[in-house]
Amino acid sequence: MYGGGYLFEKTSPDLLKEEDQEKLAAFEARIDRGEKIEPHDWMPKLYRQQLIRMIEQHAHSEIIGALPEGTWITRAPGFKRKLGLMAKVQDEVGHAQLLYSAAETLGKSREQMIDDLINGRSKYSNIFNYPAYTWADSCFISWLVDAGAIVNQVANSKGSYGPYCRALERICIEESFHLKFGHHCVTYLATGTPRQRQMMQEALNRWWYPMLMFFGPPDKISAHTEILMRWKVKILSNDETRQQWLDMYVPKIWELGLTIPDDKLRKNEETGKWEFTQPDWEEFKQVINGNGPCNKERLAVRRMAEKRGEWVRRAILVKASNKKYVTPLA
Amino acid sequence: MNTTALKELLYKMADDQLIMGHRSSEWIGLGPLLEEDIAFASKAQDKVGQSLALYQLLEELGEADPDTVAFSRPAAKFHNSIFTELPNEEFDFSIMRHFLFDTAEYYRFELLSDSTYEPLQQVARKFTGEIRYHILHANEWIKELGDSTEEAIARMQSALDKALPYALGVFEPSPYEQKLIDSGLFAGEQALQNIWQDKISEIIGQTALRLPAWESIEPVYGGRAGHHSEHLQPLLDEMGQVINSEPGAEW
Repeated sequence: MYGGGYLFEKTSPDLLKEEDQEKLAAFEARIDRGEKIEPHDWMPKLYRQQLIRMIEQHAHSEIIGALPEGTWITRAPGFKRKLGLMAKVQDEVGHAQLLYSAAETLGKSREQMIDDLINGRSKYSNIFNYPAYTWADSCFISWLVDAGAIVNQVANSKGSYGPYCRALERICIEESFHLKFGHHCVTYLATGTPRQRQMMQEALNRWWYPMLMFFGPPDKISAHTEILMRWKVKILSNDETRQQWLDMYVPKIWELGLTIPDDKLRKNEETGKWEFTQPDWEEFKQVINGNGPCNKERLAVRRMAEKRGEWVRRAILVKASNKKYVTPLA
Repeated sequence: MNTTALKELLYKMADDQLIMGHRSSEWIGLGPLLEEDIAFASKAQDKVGQSLALYQLLEELGEADPDTVAFSRPAAKFHNSIFTELPNEEFDFSIMRHFLFDTAEYYRFELLSDSTYEPLQQVARKFTGEIRYHILHANEWIKELGDSTEEAIARMQSALDKALPYALGVFEPSPYEQKLIDSGLFAGEQALQNIWQDKISEIIGQTALRLPAWESIEPVYGGRAGHHSEHLQPLLDEMGQVINSEPGAEW
């Protein structure tokens, strides 16, 4: 699950001056024609660098995202939910595996990426720095966070880098099952006993603003992404993905009789755009910079898992040392 | 057909699969490699799914529905072996337990593929197709880690030594052992244990690990009769936390 779109480095056309201009023009012409760029094709350094950054952040978001939901597997109410949630979280880890492989085709190893994650040099989706207090929180994530990820990922699957697009196509198919699972869980809570309804409403209250932030800051204040859009690394702007999600899911949330915690939320029929109270973008900045409610805990868990697994990886590397490294298929 | 004996057999197997599946699921997100998160998630889904199928057979025999049976009994009413309820600890103990337990259940369900109780025969045949992959996975790890760095060999040896008495507890005889054998419902724990010992010896023999003489190991019994370690009740409390918070609700 990944909202993406807000963690790019600032790009400047100056970085392109060092590139072979003829090759650059041919590269851009290929992208304009809708061709996919493959691992061994020529590409500008900036393209490679930004793609690694984006795919890596996406992969990290999948494994970190597995934590708040994973804690509910052992407490899921009944066989149907327990089996469903296990399959869902398993998918998320599988997505990380696919994505790390896609990023490896660009020259950065999985070990290096995970090392950057646990040492705080790399980011992941902000939303997973919020706690999942109740079963209803995990239902919210399964339905609405995954829905947000789908909006973003369906768009990005039309991008220019072949291995990433192919990974995203498969990921989106799996995510669409998560969304059905999540919607089913939320429906049972929202139409259940008064206590279940209250539980769901409280989860919605907690997650509404982090969810709006999931898509990144408004276009007018976000980092420069023109080149990334031109190269089809980023396909839709933050505002576009946010609007799409609001359009698709606000009516569905209302349909369940839940109250969205924003009096100003309405669709402007003239512009066709949703108007809403802006989330606290200062909070967003704080969370991205490591000061959210769960940043430290999430990284600590990840570091602990890496540390506990060290001896296992060492042992199999010894056995594998006389086997040849196999470049991942992408 | 001896229904009491059959129910006892079904309960202990269903409870084993549920508790082992639950423990496997605790690895999701925390494995030493992403591939292990995924593998443990698959094992967990298979095992929990198998427990559900067995509880459904019990429901057909007049017991309560699977959610009630699985999520609201106290520890003393559970018949899983103590082996399955022990905490995961580190990957060494977890993978060693899988190796020992999965091999036992694979051959258990292979024997049950000839059970005279047809509904059980059918699910057993389906299960062996699934558990085949669990033992392929576990065998591979035992061979890898049991013959690698000194550190890995020492860890795996200590996991094996710790696990064996509990593993033998899986074969705790049922009070209805002879009835089950006579009626052709199940070939019995002793027959299963004999097959299991051969298979375990065969894999361990391919590593640097040492297997003590079988007769020197004292089995840890009690689980089949509802006498559990201190680890089961907290596991069940966690499993039932949400579903029991609002009795009668649908989730």
